[in-house]
Amino acid sequence: MAGVEMRHTARLVLENGVVFTGVGFGAEGESFGEVVFNTGMTGYQEVLTDPSYCGQIVTMTYPLIGNYGVNVDDVESRRPYVHGFVVREFSEMDSHFQSVGTLESYLKSHGIIGIAGIDTRRLTKIIRVHGTLRGVLTTKDTPTEALVAQLQAPLPRDQITRVTTPTVYRCPGEGRRVVAMDFGMKSGVVRSLLARGCDVIVVPAQTSAEEILAWRPHGVMLSNGPGDPEDAPYAVETVRQLLGKVPVFGICLGLQLMALACGARTVKMRFGHRGVNHPVKDLRTGRVAITSQNHGYMVDPASLPGTDLELTHVNQNDGTVEGLVHRRYPAFCVQYHPEARPGPDDSDGLFDEFMQLMDAVQEGRWIPRAEAD
Amino acid sequence: MPKRTDLRKIMVIGSGPITIGQAAEFDYAGTQACQALREEGYEVVLVNSNPATIMTDPEMADKVYIEPLTPEFVAQIIRKERPDGLLPTLGGQTGLNMAVQLAEMGVLEAEGVELLGTQLDSIREAEDRERFRALMNRLGEPVPESAIVTSMDEARQFAREIGFPIIIRPAYTLGGTGGGIAGNWEEYEEMVELGLTLSPIHQVLVERSIAGYKELEYEVIRDGADNCIIVCNMENVDPVGIHTGDSIVVAPSQTLSDQDHQMLRSASLRIIRALRIEGGCNIQFALDPRSRKYYVIEVNPRVSRSSALASKATGYPIARVATKIAVGYRLDEIVNPVTQQTYACFEPALDYVVTKIPRWPFDKFQSANRKLGTQMKATGEVMAIGRTFEESLMKAIRSLEIGRDSLQMEGADRLSDAELERRLAEPDDERLWLLAEAVRRGVTRERLHELTKMDRWFLAKIERLVEAERTLEGLAGKGTDGLRAEAETLRRVKRMGYPDSVIARLTGVPVDAVRQLCRELGIRPVYKMVDTCAGEFEAATPYYYSTYEEEDEVAPSAKKKLLVLGSGPIRIGQGIEFDYGSVHAVWAIRRVGYDAVIVNNNPETVSTDFNTSDRLYFEPLYIDDVLNVIEREQPDGVIVQFGGQTAIHLAEPLAKAGVRIVGTSLDDIDRAEDREKFDALLAELGIPRPAGVTVTSAEEALASASRLGYPVLVRPSYVLGGRAMQIIYNDEELQVYMRDAVRASHSHPVLIDRYVQGTEVEVDAVSDGQTVIIPGIMEHIERAGVHSGDSIAVYPPQSLTEAVKMTLVDYTVRIARGLSVKGLVNIQFVVQGDQVYVLEVNPRSSRTVPFLSKVTGVPMVDLAMHAVLGGSLAEFGYDTGLVPEQPLVSVKVPVFSFAKLRRVDITLGPEMKSTGEVMSSERTLAKALYKGLLAAGMAIPAHGTVLATISDKDKEEAWPILKGFADLGYRIAATEGTARFLRKKGLTVRVVNKLAQGTPNLADDIRDGKIQLVINTLTKGLKPERDGFRIRRTAVEHGVPCLTSLDTAASLLEVLSTIRFATVPLQPPATRADHGRNAADASSQVEVGR
Repeated sequence: MAGVEMRHTARLVLENGVVFTGVGFGAEGESFGEVVFNTGMTGYQEVLTDPSYCGQIVTMTYPLIGNYGVNVDDVESRRPYVHGFVVREFSEMDSHFQSVGTLESYLKSHGIIGIAGIDTRRLTKIIRVHGTLRGVLTTKDTPTEALVAQLQAPLPRDQITRVTTPTVYRCPGEGRRVVAMDFGMKSGVVRSLLARGCDVIVVPAQTSAEEILAWRPHGVMLSNGPGDPEDAPYAVETVRQLLGKVPVFGICLGLQLMALACGARTVKMRFGHRGVNHPVKDLRTGRVAITSQNHGYMVDPASLPGTDLELTHVNQNDGTVEGLVHRRYPAFCVQYHPEARPGPDDSDGLFDEFMQLMDAVQEGRWIPRAEAD
Repeated sequence: MPKRTDLRKIMVIGSGPITIGQAAEFDYAGTQACQALREEGYEVVLVNSNPATIMTDPEMADKVYIEPLTPEFVAQIIRKERPDGLLPTLGGQTGLNMAVQLAEMGVLEAEGVELLGTQLDSIREAEDRERFRALMNRLGEPVPESAIVTSMDEARQFAREIGFPIIIRPAYTLGGTGGGIAGNWEEYEEMVELGLTLSPIHQVLVERSIAGYKELEYEVIRDGADNCIIVCNMENVDPVGIHTGDSIVVAPSQTLSDQDHQMLRSASLRIIRALRIEGGCNIQFALDPRSRKYYVIEVNPRVSRSSALASKATGYPIARVATKIAVGYRLDEIVNPVTQQTYACFEPALDYVVTKIPRWPFDKFQSANRKLGTQMKATGEVMAIGRTFEESLMKAIRSLEIGRDSLQMEGADRLSDAELERRLAEPDDERLWLLAEAVRRGVTRERLHELTKMDRWFLAKIERLVEAERTLEGLAGKGTDGLRAEAETLRRVKRMGYPDSVIARLTGVPVDAVRQLCRELGIRPVYKMVDTCAGEFEAATPYYYSTYEEEDEVAPSAKKKLLVLGSGPIRIGQGIEFDYGSVHAVWAIRRVGYDAVIVNNNPETVSTDFNTSDRLYFEPLYIDDVLNVIEREQPDGVIVQFGGQTAIHLAEPLAKAGVRIVGTSLDDIDRAEDREKFDALLAELGIPRPAGVTVTSAEEALASASRLGYPVLVRPSYVLGGRAMQIIYNDEELQVYMRDAVRASHSHPVLIDRYVQGTEVEVDAVSDGQTVIIPGIMEHIERAGVHSGDSIAVYPPQSLTEAVKMTLVDYTVRIARGLSVKGLVNIQFVVQGDQVYVLEVNPRSSRTVPFLSKVTGVPMVDLAMHAVLGGSLAEFGYDTGLVPEQPLVSVKVPVFSFAKLRRVDITLGPEMKSTGEVMSSERTLAKALYKGLLAAGMAIPAHGTVLATISDKDKEEAWPILKGFADLGYRIAATEGTARFLRKKGLTVRVVNKLAQGTPNLADDIRDGKIQLVINTLTKGLKPERDGFRIRRTAVEHGVPCLTSLDTAASLLEVLSTIRFATVPLQPPATRADHGRNAADASSQVEVGR
């Protein structure tokens, strides 16, 4: 407890002037970002390292975080990308056979500012009511008014370029060749492809369709990623060119890019979906799966009619678009994370669907959805 | 798949009496099921033998049958009601077994009754050990390796494959005799050899021991369309080795990584899918703390105690959803009643920590073996919610009502280091406190982990709590100002869940000053909502818990409101009957248009269903916490008369804090509870009670006893369920008692009364201070001296004269008026001849209120609430006096859990021992008793041998009873002394050896099934006489009925005589001359001549 007393104070200041004062842990400094919440009760290390959180200050609604420490397996990318981490209480000790250190030391070594001891439920409810807010996490003495003033300016929108791979790299496999467009891809996506024997070539977000097709892939994977899909018009154009030429499977941001490429619209959600308990109904089977989600934008369902996209999955809670299939081309996508990590494995089968789709196209068996009806 | 329309009438089976392992959670489940079915428009037929439940209220179902849960009775009801469907999975193991039996008997098929929800084959697959094992193997889900061995060679073979430790369980030895865990070859060979010898079929089950693994539970739901979700996962703080019902449990899991959790979650879904469960299911896992290796321990294909806990922990109503699934709904068609805008097809997210601690009966059963293991011993449990583990643990501790408000335990510091370590390694109910003591002594975390195998994370939390104690102790002597200067420390310990009382004790600052200071510093609790979704969606659930945070979420209400104090965990002496009262009080308050607010901490109950009240505060029934709720709610009054002694004990401190208690006033409560004031009241009213005195020393006690004359009844001044109450026969026993009892209750004096041997009678009355309604008088079968809760109660009384009844009514009316009772009052009398004495007055709802309400049809709690709210009972057309008696005879029969509690003496006495009760109504007493005993689970022998071991003082009284059994064709066996006496009286008796006389002795006879009924009376007051004790325990453990009261034996005889046709031979002509001699004599002569 003596340790707690000696820790520095940290503040979370929101754009609307609300201030939370708590205990700082991890790095010191000042960090701006969009304040969001995640309702998962486990999986904090996967959240920290999910590049889709780039530019965001993440609040965990579960109050006790860090109990099982950090390890070398539960990472979804090279390093944490969050712009700050907000918890009710972090565990000073790590208890797990895999653990290699405490959450606190992990944040510190990666320069992530953490704040603890605040009423995270109150913060969550503010976000729920007002929608996602800009905020700043600081351990400095900067006056609140100055911070609030700074928060009135929009946040940078270049997250994808910050998280995508700078170079092409290959994760070799014996099977189908898949080019994965990395918009901030979680390792879990590659892991799921490798588990099915795929030969995965990961390319930067800016890679053109021509370059991608030059790899002669059996399929293209559109990864998850941070931010507003409209900030990546280049990627939309690439996807537009890929459709019809190669089987495509999109996840999360990948879905949004595909939707934009097909003429649908995307809109910002009030506070998004971030957690591991979102029910998604497969309209084709009527079955509901519990899914892992992390997105702040969605496809406007009203923009779908007239496009080649058909709704296949909807969110059971709020009816939002969760899955689409192209009616003329071998392409489908989901808004949630079949690769899990964190979250349930219920939708792991989608990767198998992707394999079957690639095989069907390869073997000339594939029938467009429009004709199959 | 929407609701099925081909069903019209559905039968729900309850779980019967409360026993260890099957408590109030099934009242909660059953009540939810009935409500869920009726709101869909189905006609509901309910069967349950337990009258103390809400589910057996007439308004809960279209037809309520309070009948024995035996296949014969349930089949009879099925034939009469012809339901279309039967819901078997909400009545615990009892309900499930009943459904299976009915199906196996062909009743369901013959009557065209469909099992709803989980199907028979799935139930069997989950319950049958071998089939379950085969299924798990098919699924590739690991179960602990095991083998049945019949030779040492086979046993060795198994050990070579598996390695140690190995659990050894000899087949068919009750109570696990001869079993154990072997850690090496030597121990293993020894145990297997012993096991093979002890097992009557020379068979031993050997199994890989996973003791020390983490124990996890998953609550899973699946619908008919194969949608599955996990409602909650829970982690046992105590690793594998202690029954989950006896473990401290947290929700959600604390030490599992996401991958660990997802691995077990996915396994759970595979299992529930493979079993084709349609409804709720509980899956228990053991997880190796050093790897990701896991085992499936158990699957319960039904709602369970854990699912009740999970429902309260998450807000997700499992029983309700399971019921909807059973009538055809899919999870995505069922609206989440908490948010009302999302669906039941999701997984709750918690933003708080839940801790459950079991409540054990060892305060009542001091001789019991307190060691915890695979046999559950707890009678109930408490749950607490906090934003940190520390806060929820500390709240749970003070919810237990075991006289502890923190991790400090009296006497822990006196244990030797060795003893402390032993008790940490061989856990009992006090391990949590002993852990804290070990931390205080500087035992390292690693050593504690070695001893307990508890995860280091939990141990670190205990260290933090002890550290906080030390910080507070460091402030001792600095006074209020010193504490004020440490505002941050104060805030931190409050956030860790420390109540004012502990802060006061450790710092030496008076408790009122601590409270005042916290208020001054703005350290006050806020109330957060349990909403299933961690704040993601708007919710309207009026379900709150306190925590030390910024934002309070209780919606303001302009309505008048009343606060009802619940009764806390189920324990012996304070059972589900008190939840019945609390729930009815809440309903009555809501009916008159007030807001009803309830405070309670028992996750099993209907009262803590968030649908029951307008606002539920899941909080300790501890003065600090209750005052905080009151401060937040500002109720117009607080009601203490339905929460048993728990609530009554809070009345005084609440009143002192300026809280308005409505109903009978605190002064009047005190006049009934305080011995001297009570004596004065009775004297004033001219009502006699057995002569008695209050003493404070042993010398005083001895002098008083000789004046009163033995036997005497002794007890401490405040009594709960007859705790520490005894009948004492001589000076020696009194000396022993005074030493123990006075130590047990230091500041409280001891009461000594003359023991009046007579018929005990109990009355519950409703009063507004003027009109006193007496719904009925209950007569006890067992004489005074047996605790009223352990006696068979009969309504209406069968042996009381009109004059006695009039006296009882007269006394009741005078006492109720004398105490200005507003609400309920319970009075116990003893009747000796025409003389009526008052034994005890409880100015509150009692154990018999649900029973009496149900048999008389008088809505007692409703009327009581009317009076509490200041209304007049005369308005309802009631006059003062006894309500006309019902034509049927009803009995309330106690049910015990002795088989679960080793080393507990089953003898009935003034200390209450029963855990539950059943009810039965019939046209005659004998029929009612027969049905009641059946319902209570007694295997009533139709023929066989009665073993009698009767103490000298009871022999005269016993022989006509035994003769009666002999006349009905039972053989009589007895130990030498009893046999000699009985032979003298002309009975044919087989002599059996006492235990000391070598084998075969009477214990062997019981074990070998040669005895069908044991009648054993106690030689002396308290001193445990070895033989008697062992006879009684042997009987219990072998399921042989054992009667320790001659009154019960006489009643059983009466029952057996009545249900039989007489087989009397014609009188031979030669004896015609003797015409006129009665038949009984004739038959006894035949006996003698044999």
